[in-house]
Amino acid sequence: MVENRPFLTFLTHLILIFGVLTVVFPVYLAFVASTRGATDFMTGIVPLLPGDQLSANYGYLLGSGESTAGAPPFMLMLANSLLMAILIAIGKIAISIISAFAIVYFRFPLRVLAFWVIFMTLMLPVEVRILPTYKVVADLGMLNSYSGLVIPVIASATATFLFRQFFLTVPEEMMEAARVDGAGPMKFFRDILLPLSRTNIAALFIIMFIYGWNQYLWPMLITTEPHYYTVVMGIKRLASVLDGDTQWNLVMAGVILAGLPPVLVIIFMQRLFVKGLVETEK
Amino acid sequence: MASIDVENVGKIYTGGVRAVTDIKLNIADGEFIVLVGPSGCGKSTLLRMIAGLETISEGEVKIGSRVVNNIEPADRDIAMVFQNYALYPHMTVYNNLAYGLKNRGTPKAEIDARVAEAARMLEITQYLERKPRALSGGQRQRVAMGRAIVRKPAAFLFDEPLSNLDAKLRVSMRGEIKRLQRRLGTTSIYVTHDQLEAMTLADRLVVLNGGRIEQIGAPLEVYHAPASTFVASFIGSPAMNLVKGELHGDRLAIGPAMIGLNGFAPTSGAVTVGVRAEDMRIAAPDEDALPFRLEYTEELGAQRLIHGLIGDQQITVAVSPEIVLSPEMRIAVDAKRLHFFAADTGKRLPGNVPAEAKLAPAEPVV
Repeated sequence: MVENRPFLTFLTHLILIFGVLTVVFPVYLAFVASTRGATDFMTGIVPLLPGDQLSANYGYLLGSGESTAGAPPFMLMLANSLLMAILIAIGKIAISIISAFAIVYFRFPLRVLAFWVIFMTLMLPVEVRILPTYKVVADLGMLNSYSGLVIPVIASATATFLFRQFFLTVPEEMMEAARVDGAGPMKFFRDILLPLSRTNIAALFIIMFIYGWNQYLWPMLITTEPHYYTVVMGIKRLASVLDGDTQWNLVMAGVILAGLPPVLVIIFMQRLFVKGLVETEK
Repeated sequence: MASIDVENVGKIYTGGVRAVTDIKLNIADGEFIVLVGPSGCGKSTLLRMIAGLETISEGEVKIGSRVVNNIEPADRDIAMVFQNYALYPHMTVYNNLAYGLKNRGTPKAEIDARVAEAARMLEITQYLERKPRALSGGQRQRVAMGRAIVRKPAAFLFDEPLSNLDAKLRVSMRGEIKRLQRRLGTTSIYVTHDQLEAMTLADRLVVLNGGRIEQIGAPLEVYHAPASTFVASFIGSPAMNLVKGELHGDRLAIGPAMIGLNGFAPTSGAVTVGVRAEDMRIAAPDEDALPFRLEYTEELGAQRLIHGLIGDQQITVAVSPEIVLSPEMRIAVDAKRLHFFAADTGKRLPGNVPAEAKLAPAEPVV
């Protein structure tokens, strides 16, 4: 906007500040709650200032876990979640980039059909096919295992579609130049396409990592051993204790812990993302 | 270094669309051949079949003495320069040049030496560590040529390499391509739709139309004795005037006018008459002449193009800017400068090849 009126400046800031507060306040409340003792919530009034139980709460949660709620130590669940999210993100990218490569650069029978079949699965979220998937995974004996957590959600139509769209924008001459330069298909893929896809890979990694991290229903269904619990499930377990009051300070500490890694991934990967955007040019 | 023989080659795309028909072309070692024609004439398809980027539906292509129909582009010993350069954007200029050599397992020291030599030749040594995006259009074009040169292939294939450059740069790069090709003596095939580029670069021109060869010949040969009305209108600027005429014995009737031919008439009856703008002049008062009604003029500096009508047929005449113009003029032309084409097929009628076409093309100074 070219307009420069003090009142408008004031108003826009006011709206912005209101927006920021709306987003930040619940997170702040969660943080405050996670620093308080268990008894601070008995009164029914939510405290607004941090308490002194920060290290106690987090230490307890990370180290021993809330055994009465049936939750293992958070350290283990964080590690599980991290492993699952990373494997899902890497797996999704690896599988979809290779399928997109096949669809775009090779001429084989039923190529178009294959693409549309992949594309149609975009319409089927995990929840829709969860029962047949459960049956298959159970029959394969993959309940309570990392492979069971990861493999059923590892294919991605979205990522395949995005890579396909990107490959279509790479000029055909690039592939022909590589052919004349003596690069076979796989060499072309490794030396030319992969480096050119860097930004797409970074962006998809962020999206897929968060997707993997936030998985709730699927891990809930197939893990019965605490050893394989993920952190998102863990919060649920903390919140619903069988007898007695919910330990809100611990629940909130769990929420904060579960929220941190995705934030870190975004902060760290965004640099790579922006750097890639600046450096790449077709 | 190698000769290239294209024997009865044709291309039919899936779906039955025919792009190229029965091309026969023998290219000598070290020759610079230009394939020229309007868009869609099959010139790029032919080049890409020689490169191995398109399969050959009919006939065979030989590079040296080897039939290459089923050989991968990389193993055909050719290098190609693309219209949009097709440089690898994420690699430095050095790596762009070296990539083809690395893939062939050339020793590091030799790669260094060859890249350095090519870079010196193309004057891009100071850009070797840059990425393509930091280069101007002309520099990218040089890198694309460097990528071909370092390989020391048997043949260079150029696919409209200059069409992305501005007019001035195009002229200077054109000179440079010619100079490099002379220096390296590598057989080259160059595709363009620009007849000027074709005339200036070629040892021999191949004019294509509708997937067939219309004419093969040295630039001057093609210019002075076009084999068909298509070639006549495509080569030369301004395009050759083509008008309908009728031969009566030794006289030619164009519309209402009639001129004597001094024995140059190849046949009789209806013909298409071709005459270049620069072969016509303002007639002296006692000469046989064609009445010309002036419509508009174009100034080229050294020349002035005057456009007008003879009878009801449009023609263009190139005259010196000093000549005084009037709305009605009389135009004369030497009978030996006229080109006659069959009225129905458009093929050149024999018997009137101008003397200039028989001259040997100017020997290039190396």
